[in-house]
Amino acid sequence: MQLSVWTYEGPPHIGAMRVATGMRGVHYLLHSPQGDTYADLLFTMIERRDHRPPVTYTTFQARDLGKDTSELFQTAAHDVIARHAPDALLVGASCTAELIQDDPAGLVEKMGLGLPVIPLDLPSYQRKEHWGASETFYQIVRTLTDKRRRAPDRAGRRARANLLGPTALGFRHRDDIVEVTALLSELGIDVHVVAPLGASVDQIASLGEADFNIVLYPETGEAAAQWLEREFRQPYTRTVPIGVNATMEFIAEVAGLAGVDSALMLDRARSRMSWWSRSIDSTYLTGKRVFIFGDGTHAVAAARIASEELGFKVVGLGCYNRETARDVRAAARQLGLEPLITDDHLVVEQAIKDAQPELVLGTQMERHIAKRFAIPCAVISAPVHVQDFPARHSPQMGFEGANVIFDTWVHPLVMGLEEHLLTMFRDDFEFHDGAGASHLGPGHAAPAEAPVIAAADTAAAWSADAERELKKIPFFVRGKARRNTELFAQEQGIDTIELATLYEAKAHYAR
Amino acid sequence: MNAPVLAPPQAPADDGALPVLRERGQREVFCGLTGIVWLHRKMQDAFFLVVGSRTCAHLLQSAAGVMIFAEPRFATAIMEERDLAGLADANEELDRIVRQLIERRPEIRTLFLVGSCPSEVIKLDLARAAERLGAAYAPHVRILNYSGSGIETTFTEGEDACLAALVPEMPALDADAPANLVIAGSLPDIVEDQFRRIFDELGIGPVACLPARTLADTPGIGPNTRYLLAQPFLGETGQRLDGRGATRIDALFPFGVEGTTAWFHAAAAAFNIPADRVAAVLAPYQARAAQAIAHHRDRLAGRSIFFMPDSQLEIPLARFLANELGMVLTEIGTPYLHRHHLAAELAALPPGVQISEGQDVDRQLDRVRAIRPDLTVCGLGLANPLEAQGLSTKWAIELVFSPIHGFDQAGDLAELFARPLRRRDVLKV
Repeated sequence: MQLSVWTYEGPPHIGAMRVATGMRGVHYLLHSPQGDTYADLLFTMIERRDHRPPVTYTTFQARDLGKDTSELFQTAAHDVIARHAPDALLVGASCTAELIQDDPAGLVEKMGLGLPVIPLDLPSYQRKEHWGASETFYQIVRTLTDKRRRAPDRAGRRARANLLGPTALGFRHRDDIVEVTALLSELGIDVHVVAPLGASVDQIASLGEADFNIVLYPETGEAAAQWLEREFRQPYTRTVPIGVNATMEFIAEVAGLAGVDSALMLDRARSRMSWWSRSIDSTYLTGKRVFIFGDGTHAVAAARIASEELGFKVVGLGCYNRETARDVRAAARQLGLEPLITDDHLVVEQAIKDAQPELVLGTQMERHIAKRFAIPCAVISAPVHVQDFPARHSPQMGFEGANVIFDTWVHPLVMGLEEHLLTMFRDDFEFHDGAGASHLGPGHAAPAEAPVIAAADTAAAWSADAERELKKIPFFVRGKARRNTELFAQEQGIDTIELATLYEAKAHYAR
Repeated sequence: MNAPVLAPPQAPADDGALPVLRERGQREVFCGLTGIVWLHRKMQDAFFLVVGSRTCAHLLQSAAGVMIFAEPRFATAIMEERDLAGLADANEELDRIVRQLIERRPEIRTLFLVGSCPSEVIKLDLARAAERLGAAYAPHVRILNYSGSGIETTFTEGEDACLAALVPEMPALDADAPANLVIAGSLPDIVEDQFRRIFDELGIGPVACLPARTLADTPGIGPNTRYLLAQPFLGETGQRLDGRGATRIDALFPFGVEGTTAWFHAAAAAFNIPADRVAAVLAPYQARAAQAIAHHRDRLAGRSIFFMPDSQLEIPLARFLANELGMVLTEIGTPYLHRHHLAAELAALPPGVQISEGQDVDRQLDRVRAIRPDLTVCGLGLANPLEAQGLSTKWAIELVFSPIHGFDQAGDLAELFARPLRRRDVLKV
């Protein structure tokens, strides 16, 4: 058993729901007890969908346990066909139904429903949401893709690619598709099918007619891409175009696969991000310590942007989904970091405490952890809340995605000029800690002092002078200063931290 | 397996003159685990440990929204594959988790081990585990067990199961102890305080609440105990209170002027307080509430409303909306109809109302679309899809989380229903 308050991923059948809800003409019959319909509101509330997810729950109760549940399942299957007339049916079990061993697949096979039925075997006690989405999409592709439909001869036509991986409830999937489609169009490449998001059963049947595949999100699309590569010899992309450099590499990669020239496009890469990052107001971003956690794809992409494109120093990198752990480990090694592969939010919280970053990039959970420590934070990965399914166009991918990322990450940091003022006038009547936020006007108390975490194993006491001096250090680096000074005192065998100790430590740790 | 927590259906008081549509099929409802979200706010020294799957943890997280981050006093022990292999191992795991939890949160006085669908299907005996652990941690921590599983409980029935587990913990009072009053059902603190002040004015006491805010204040119970239900979903709790010799005071539920007035009058009658004195005490409260309700009457009178089943609050709320705001009732769906506890409510409804118990969600939505009510009360999974079809909705879960009982919340309660209609009229996009 694992003691858990927060879970980064839902169970695997939620992943299957994300695929079914994203598609057209697919219905998911889920063998499950009363109450599992809670998942509907993730789609209707967080993503604000205007339709119910295409999921029917058998809703067995205690009195049904025993023989009755299999009958219930078959009745529900008939009802689904009669009411929704889907083009394909997914059948599976949630965690409880897995325990009563009704075998949904066997039950439905015997019924001869006259439409493609895709049984899903999603082990709820070993696997999680992303894996469930990946496996569901893979099974759909494997079952529904027509092996006779292949790409026609290339003579005299534009290259075609499928976009694989976007789902319902995906972080910025809606706008990433728009962005990547526009990039491809400019290169002279057509998008054949986007799947699962928005795809019909017939479109899945035609996947083989594309020349190659673009895997937008390996977490959900790679397994299907690998199968298509085996069956149709369609190569697929390895670069995820998040960040300016990754986008340039992606353009080169797809141009290579499509046999088109990308030189012109690479010459005039149009992200404002490059100039924004070079402009002098961004100088203060140099060496800002950033902690990054999320799904593997977004975490690795963010680490690259942070170090190469914004000049941050990455001080922590990790992911919660072990399927992408290998990529995260490689990226962390390159940055000289110990990778953090965990789905325990308490471990992440401790790592953030230990690293004392100036910026946290993470999920909804890291947003809350950062809030508790009063550290600026931006969201880069699911799981996310309703505000991260915005009305405005907000991709993460491509050149516009890079613009969005620049704004999103820099926004929570104190702007350069303001930081300069804060440091210069730190005892000033309007800027000192007790003054509160200037934009709130007079009469607003300062936020409560963020909990400063003393190193557990130091016994050094602070003199009153040193403590006062520490308070003059801007709040967003104070935690780091305290930590460094205490470590320094410990190393030097100093019992009481005096004013001098503080400045000696500062010199010792000078960047 | 634990004994089922559902009370056997009571014999109807009037032998079922009321036609009730009973349906079975897909249900779009929460399971009883959801009750933890508000129960842990009410019981300040209690912790709720769900023994379940990742789905259970995910549900709590989805239902608790931002509360997850305030160091909440609930968590899930997520069962993994190795826990399913053998029972002895599962118990050791449970011991380890409970130890970890109590070390982390030494201020906990009551720990609820909450059963879920997976723990019940594999017949993990949490009642026995609670006994065993309870002996180990006594007297510092009391360890209790109930089921919030979807196969046993719907939404607010989780509170019923939890309070039913507390009844055996109530100290026994002697046969000659003075009469005391227990208000059963968790209420927001502000509402509880208002009710206590009114009981004081009426000269009724001692008054205690189940659940109390802390374990130490759990009320005593004996043959002279009278109890008053503040919530309509407490079938099992009522049965256990009866079992310990207490007597239920039959009344409307305290929603709106009519319900709250009747509730206090019934309590006063049980304590031999003259009705004219009660009327004098309540008059200023009634006037204030009537004034607050009047603001919304223009907007709601004549409007039709449809309740999809959710919490068992539907029938008392429908009675309030029809009798005090002039709304037209179409169908009132409830997940479970306790005819005995709701006898007064059913009698106070306008004649000819369609009541439905249980659900086949697709068929019920067909009826909603056919009737096209002005307002549909439903869950969050259905609200936006119905809005997209041009039907105004009021999401039901808010009615469980907001202060809506009593005189001083009557206006707020009306406002909850008036607001979506007002919004529909002001939007020009």
